[in-house]
Amino acid sequence: MLIPHPLLGPRDAQEFTYLGDARLIARPDGMAEGAEAAFAEYVYLRDNPAGVHRELWFHEQGDRSWLIVTRDTVTHRILGAELARDVKLKGGAA
Amino acid sequence: MRFSALRVFAEAIRGHKGWKPLWRNPDPQPAYDYVIVGGGGHGLATAYYLANTFRQSRIAVLEKGWLGSGNIGRNTTIIRSNYLLPGNEPFYEFSMKLWEGLEQAFNFNAMVSQRGILNLFHSDGQRDAYRRRGNAMLLAGADAELLDREQVRAMAPFLNFDNARFPIKGGLLQRRAGTARHDGVAWGYARGADMAGVDLIQNCEVTGFRIEGGRIRGVETSRGPIAAGKVGVAVAGSSSRVMAAAGLRLPIESHVLQAFVSEGLKPTIPGVITFGAGHFYVSQSDKGGLVFGGDPDGYNSYAQRGNLPVVEDVAESGMALMPMIGRARLLRIWGGIMDMSMDGSPIIDRTPVEGLYLNAGWCYGGFKATPASGYAFAHLMATDTPHDTARFYRLDRFARGHVIDEKGVGPTPNLH
Repeated sequence: MLIPHPLLGPRDAQEFTYLGDARLIARPDGMAEGAEAAFAEYVYLRDNPAGVHRELWFHEQGDRSWLIVTRDTVTHRILGAELARDVKLKGGAA
Repeated sequence: MRFSALRVFAEAIRGHKGWKPLWRNPDPQPAYDYVIVGGGGHGLATAYYLANTFRQSRIAVLEKGWLGSGNIGRNTTIIRSNYLLPGNEPFYEFSMKLWEGLEQAFNFNAMVSQRGILNLFHSDGQRDAYRRRGNAMLLAGADAELLDREQVRAMAPFLNFDNARFPIKGGLLQRRAGTARHDGVAWGYARGADMAGVDLIQNCEVTGFRIEGGRIRGVETSRGPIAAGKVGVAVAGSSSRVMAAAGLRLPIESHVLQAFVSEGLKPTIPGVITFGAGHFYVSQSDKGGLVFGGDPDGYNSYAQRGNLPVVEDVAESGMALMPMIGRARLLRIWGGIMDMSMDGSPIIDRTPVEGLYLNAGWCYGGFKATPASGYAFAHLMATDTPHDTARFYRLDRFARGHVIDEKGVGPTPNLH
């Protein structure tokens, strides 16, 4: 698989390590009411869709940036990639 | 129709004209007491034990494709009970004991072959870890032997003992482990269930659940609605998709695992051998092909096929372990979709929906568990209490912090 890195162009997926669902960038507030349940859900539960999936890939053997890659889990086709940082700063949850 | 040597002899005389299909192909009834979703190994085993051991009736297995068309038909056929943790080892040893009597119990040749599994170690630290694992196995009533380097050499002289980075120092051997004919297991359970009156309904996809007031009433299928008192879901690989229809999110990601088989060779590998320095396991089928595999590809996938980097990785591990494998040509590669759970261990439990039960999260260890999984799931559905060996496989163990994490890598499904 080739991942279209927004800064570096197409890069081999082997340069990356995989973390999982991009919702992990929206970490719950540990001080909030009901934080324990919110964290159990955040840490353990996943949508795990068959189809389009937004997911976190770390460019470990490259520029060490975190990307949010949009990929189809049924065909392995990659539909796009953006810097996780940009998504987070825009205030967008994944 | 019981199989026996006499029967084979009699059929041979009559030109094999008396063999019948192994199971009926019934249309679905409007209602059942028990509906099992998923006609794979675990679903068929569940129906078999529900009907035969727990004496329940009006049971149906609903399968969207043909029986045994999922991971029971595409695994590397290893059976073993060499786990470490108290939540796991008694369950897998229970499964091993069921394997040992399986063919007599369901009167079908599943080609269970206790040819042994040898887990190699390559350092002193790894030896200590395997010694501990072996002791845990013995405590649970399984068998385990720690072999030194020369004992391993006597068993498998073709291994690369003097690999510069990972020399072989010895191995943990479980002699009662081995392999089984994976399709035969599905067929044997299917036939046994059918003979006990279970309706095995193929080409019948479950598209939704009928839930009223928090209680299951039945399922919607591609062949119309079916009412049910209790519904058990055993659809590893697709658990998240199916349970989403009941409004549940699971601690599971679906990942692709590849497997490989070489051209047929003369007998060369004595049992199952695993490489301790990389993830690589190999055995030889009765047809002669080397059957081997490694790690999952590492990203969410429902594609039933993987990518080249893992193929290369598995081939490198194979070459490091047994350089002679480089002379064998690869015949086939395929992939299957694994329910990778958040702690690497399965789930056999009730769900928040009354009457809806879940059997999921088998990672890539589901085949060896088939008999115990079916037995424990049938026990749970029939009695509403967990089987003693499966009582730790709770759905809520994650939120409670009681995970069963053999590898100790945390909630990272692609690393289990």
